[in-house]
Amino acid sequence: MTLRGSAAIVGVGLAGLGEAKGWSAIEIMAASAHAALADAGLTVADVDGLFVTSAFHALPTLSAAEYLGIRPEFFNGSAVGGASFEMHVLSAAMALDAGLCNVALIAYGSNQRTLGGRLMTTLEPQVNEAVYKPRQPISSYAMVTARHMHEYGTTREQLAEVAVAARAWAGLNPAAFTRDPLTIDEVLSARMISDPLTKYDCCLVTDGGGAIVMVRADRARDFPRKPVYMLGAAGAHWHRQIAEMPDLTVTAAAQCGPKAFAMAGLSPSQIDVLQLYDAFTINPILFLEDLGYCAKGEGGAFVSGGALAPGGRLPVNTNGGGLSCVHPGMYGIFLIIEAVEQLRGEAGARQVAGAATALAHGNGGVLSCQATCIFGTGDTL
Amino acid sequence: MSAPANSPILADLSGTGPEATYREHLRAGRFMIQRGLASGRHVFYPRIAAPATGERLEWVAASGLGVVYSTTVVRQRPEAGGDYNISIVELAEGPRTMSQVVGIAPGEVRIGMQVKARIDERDGEPLLVFVATGGQGE
Repeated sequence: MTLRGSAAIVGVGLAGLGEAKGWSAIEIMAASAHAALADAGLTVADVDGLFVTSAFHALPTLSAAEYLGIRPEFFNGSAVGGASFEMHVLSAAMALDAGLCNVALIAYGSNQRTLGGRLMTTLEPQVNEAVYKPRQPISSYAMVTARHMHEYGTTREQLAEVAVAARAWAGLNPAAFTRDPLTIDEVLSARMISDPLTKYDCCLVTDGGGAIVMVRADRARDFPRKPVYMLGAAGAHWHRQIAEMPDLTVTAAAQCGPKAFAMAGLSPSQIDVLQLYDAFTINPILFLEDLGYCAKGEGGAFVSGGALAPGGRLPVNTNGGGLSCVHPGMYGIFLIIEAVEQLRGEAGARQVAGAATALAHGNGGVLSCQATCIFGTGDTL
Repeated sequence: MSAPANSPILADLSGTGPEATYREHLRAGRFMIQRGLASGRHVFYPRIAAPATGERLEWVAASGLGVVYSTTVVRQRPEAGGDYNISIVELAEGPRTMSQVVGIAPGEVRIGMQVKARIDERDGEPLLVFVATGGQGE
């Protein structure tokens, strides 16, 4: 028995991307949820499975269910940071397959930018970290970057390629928050935050919400939009705090990536478009290595020469990513929504022609949790 | 009803936990880490049992020697206190810890640099930091 193709996304919604002044986190979450349900031709009255994670709500499914007016038959609010939503796709597919619910809603909303302009977090200080006052999560990613540069000769120019490619995609996406052209030199000469990461090596701090509606595959064609099927999904985590990461250059994507590909029955070269959680420019480099797109240490060379940009050899982060489109604290749900837009063929100027398979790879904590989802159109079943 | 004190399912929490014990050692000027009773494998940060195996642990003096595994400079305006170093140090005994390398400019800290532990005081609490010993290891 496999979950491959057992469930499909039949609705997606977005709300408040960028700045949503005057709107609270739960209002943004609910607006995206209603948008996703409308996209699916449903209402909140149809929802009986609820999957929510948020830094704004300690008991996220309770807050969301009360606000929306849902009495869910099944719910899951487990928190693994930004990767929570890729795990929610897997959990929703399991719950749907087991008959525990029939319409699963996954939702997120945040107003962290207009609230305070800083990363919203409820993360507790780590015992042997907090006393040194690292600027988290940036300092953790900075040390990962420094180690990758030390071991493999990865350069700041190669890191900048990731930011420049994301910005070029954002330029094709009217919903992206930062769309002005960006150059390698601008990334390199920008204000250093935590060496070797400059401002442009770090993701945006925005508002934003997103939601997804999933149903069992046997009724996926009864909805107005072209269904996008879950072909594979898996998650893994190896550490919580950065000093405990077994090897700063290898993420748990090396564990969950192959499992997701195995469930999907696909290999990396068979994926048409990739969404890789780019909280920092080092992330896509690490994930391309750990997901099997290049050998360990060759990620820097892999992304060079505009390889990830429009017209490059591999379309990555086609909405502009967390670096240039939206990053409201947890970005995981937006990876999935962009994958769906691409597989529906509705991504406008940024559409990857004929995309039939997509990968959404989530990341949570300080490269702590990794979760990979692989999606496909009906033709891939 | 709570389990009686001699219950086999009630964990023994006499004394203090390893976190507090570690800080007591630091306050007394000792950098202590833990070691597996059977395997001899060292453990840090302090835990009630070895991760992954559950092996019982004893306290031993750390050599204090280590190598910078990675490092960054947190940039900060001078009026807010200026730039400072954050490093991950790999102890000679094996485990890693976040810390700071002090005594040199934050940007002069290099991966592979040999360092030695020092117990400073900050905000009235002992703080484990590292100073460069002049060697380049790894």
